Amino acid sequence: MKSIVQFNLNGRPVSLDTDDDRMLLWVLRTDLALTGTKYGCGEGICGACTVVVNGEARRSCLTPLKQVAGAELLTIEGLARDGHLHPLQQAFIDHGAFQCGYCTSAMLLDAYVLLRDDPRPSRDKIISHMDRNLCRCGAHQRIVDAIEHVSGKPGDPR
Amino acid sequence: MIVASDIDRRDFLGLVGGGIVILFGLNPSAPSTAAERPGYPSDFHAYLAIGANGRVTVFSGKIEMGQGVTTSLAQMAAEELGVDLASIDMVLGDTDKCPWDMGTFGSMSTRFFGPALRAAAAKARAVVTTLAAAKLGVPADRLSIENGMASVAGEPTRRVSFAELSDGVRIAEMVTQAAVLRSTADFTVMGRSPKRLDGIEKVTGSAKYAADIRLPGMFYARLLRPPLHGAVLTQADTSAAEKLPGVLVIKRDDLVAVLHADPEAAASARAQIHADWRQPEATLNQDTIFEHLLAHAGAPTQVAAKGNLATASAAKPFETVFQKGYVAHAPIEPHAAVADVRSDGATVWASTQTPFPTRDGIAAALGFDPKLVRVITPFVGGGFGGKSAGGQAVEAARLSQICGKPVQVERTRAEEFFYDTFDPAAVVKISSALDQDGRISRWDYQVFAAGERGATTFYDIPNLRILSAGGMSYGDAPPVKDLHPFAVGPWRAPGANMNVFATESQIDIMAAAAGVDPVAFRLKHLGDIRMRGVLQAAADAFGWRPAAGPSGRGHGIALSSDAGSFVATMAEVKVDKASGKVTVVRMVCAQDMGIIVNPEGARMQIEGGLTMGLGYALTEEVRFQGGEVLDQNFDSYHLPRFSAVPRIEVVLVRNNELAPQGCGEPAITTAGAVIANAVFDATGARMLRLPMTPKRVAAAIAMADR
Repeated sequence: MKSIVQFNLNGRPVSLDTDDDRMLLWVLRTDLALTGTKYGCGEGICGACTVVVNGEARRSCLTPLKQVAGAELLTIEGLARDGHLHPLQQAFIDHGAFQCGYCTSAMLLDAYVLLRDDPRPSRDKIISHMDRNLCRCGAHQRIVDAIEHVSGKPGDPR
Repeated sequence: MIVASDIDRRDFLGLVGGGIVILFGLNPSAPSTAAERPGYPSDFHAYLAIGANGRVTVFSGKIEMGQGVTTSLAQMAAEELGVDLASIDMVLGDTDKCPWDMGTFGSMSTRFFGPALRAAAAKARAVVTTLAAAKLGVPADRLSIENGMASVAGEPTRRVSFAELSDGVRIAEMVTQAAVLRSTADFTVMGRSPKRLDGIEKVTGSAKYAADIRLPGMFYARLLRPPLHGAVLTQADTSAAEKLPGVLVIKRDDLVAVLHADPEAAASARAQIHADWRQPEATLNQDTIFEHLLAHAGAPTQVAAKGNLATASAAKPFETVFQKGYVAHAPIEPHAAVADVRSDGATVWASTQTPFPTRDGIAAALGFDPKLVRVITPFVGGGFGGKSAGGQAVEAARLSQICGKPVQVERTRAEEFFYDTFDPAAVVKISSALDQDGRISRWDYQVFAAGERGATTFYDIPNLRILSAGGMSYGDAPPVKDLHPFAVGPWRAPGANMNVFATESQIDIMAAAAGVDPVAFRLKHLGDIRMRGVLQAAADAFGWRPAAGPSGRGHGIALSSDAGSFVATMAEVKVDKASGKVTVVRMVCAQDMGIIVNPEGARMQIEGGLTMGLGYALTEEVRFQGGEVLDQNFDSYHLPRFSAVPRIEVVLVRNNELAPQGCGEPAITTAGAVIANAVFDATGARMLRLPMTPKRVAAAIAMADR
């Protein structure tokens, strides 16, 4: 249904006049030109389209726009603040936790949600949390290493 | 200074502008005929330029798909030239800016492009030294080159920068002979692990992939696709789709597409097209394919032969047949392209491993001179061989030409599975034997459909024959038409995954039958010092304790020689005997790849290869009914997830006597065999078919226990 949908995106208010049944992934990528959120499978299986809605990881390919009305939305473009990388971003670089980079946005955001809810997860918990995200290049153990490196570190309560 | 003389090159240099330019050739990437590289000089395939700002730019038709060449190639250039890594810019995969290149595959970027690039950088260093000597009025041998600066030895204030030297000059030189390269002992940039140069872009979401390109007025296209390979469109009713607002329907011969400014609207309009297809009879499936391959693979070619199989001792014979299903590339980024076709030329952003052949395909489809088509390759979200092919760029270009607007074609996941050029299903038959002393006396090997890569053996066997039928190697088209019900093509180390699985399983079978520890059995037949070296290194790191299999411990070993590198992988598995589920607990991989350009980059490739290899070993197999691909998404086609990935330890075996060898592919070739051998060691059950699904493992255990 056509309507005006308002939400906070990466800390800034956004207002869209569009069909609110559209999936968030395509609204982000087309209307808002935020292409860091990726299409991978379209059915919520691979996780490449993950964004953070009110502190929860959501599959944007299966999230109708109307579900984010009034919400706080974080995409990969908002993870670094004031020109400073988030510690997870730095850890991904330091640990070589990506190759092609296509799944990286989603990996970072799902890890961000994990650490927000549990700042000191066990390695097993990191693995089981991240299990819903696919990486084809095989950066898995480095992604876990990077998250483990950041977990329990002081700072960045966002 | 030699100034380029042929007309093509002069034109080309006109485009490049001033500064110091070093052109270099690259034989393995050379096209076979001049027609394949219209508009480009014939004798070089890449160049390096020092601009008036002192920055160094490398122009190459290679592409970055995650393998890290943006960083490792820049390291090679920086090392030989004597500049900071930060002052190198890489321009990759842009057909207007880069000379012709065949494409990025076969672990060739480091092996073949690397030495050429190093030679070019060394040549640039020599040019800079000559210019600096004249400018500073000292003999060249008194100069030292460091950090983009030439200075007089012992007088550090007498110096001149690359920027000053290249400003206002127009120098072009061709690399014509082997260069003197820096010794590994003097390396300051190579052999180290700087952070990847694509890191910031990839962790901030600013890295652009083909589907991320946005042009004003761009349409998103959704195309009518056949339900199965071989289906012929008889009728398409687009009237319902045409009535939808904002929809543009295009019908040209086989091309039926819906265009819309919103990709979802395009997809729902596409669903309104009612099409009829003439469908071929579907007979083959993933279980019957092997008999079909054996029957139709055609006459074999002999890959290698030695001694006399007929007279060789066959005291203890072993006959085994191995099978492997079709495997998808399944990059997380589907094939995508954005095309902007005007009357006077076309620009296409494509997710491709082969920008130049893609450009030529687009030109042919548009009826354009290839010179008028520019293909730009942004970051590629995984390729693994699957983006060597792909019609999406041609589709986008045709649609853009027809509608006069920029058009994006991004494959859906189902289309990505359907149009993938799968790693072929394959069969290997081995008839081998041990003599009275427990040595391998004969090895009669025949591979069907996989191709010959990895089929020859590095073991010392006096009598052998290696035959290959119906295979394609190194990306050639299959010699037998319609052998497969859909397209097949190169998949990370094409053919070698199957051949190493079969070979290393058969070696293990013989070691177990001889009652000998599988490492000791291999060493007994190995003369190659590099192979012995990696085997020893892996055994040390793994803590291998000799025992004849099956020992019950679940330890496996597999060796491979691929792309100039030698690999030994060891694995520990746990097998749930009731369900047949295999869990890989640990993997250790030792690799000798000559000089290591970037140790962390090499580890990433090896870890990544073994992780990807878990898929074809344990879970990945395309299910199909004739030309209908039944797997359409990741719910039924299972890639390795985090919980399936073991600790992977990589041992880089030092070998500075040899130029850098291939790294992206060799390790993955051991994944099938090392796990199969570990499953045997755990259970006594021999796995002869990949992937080793729980059902197949449970069945093999039941058989072994009988």
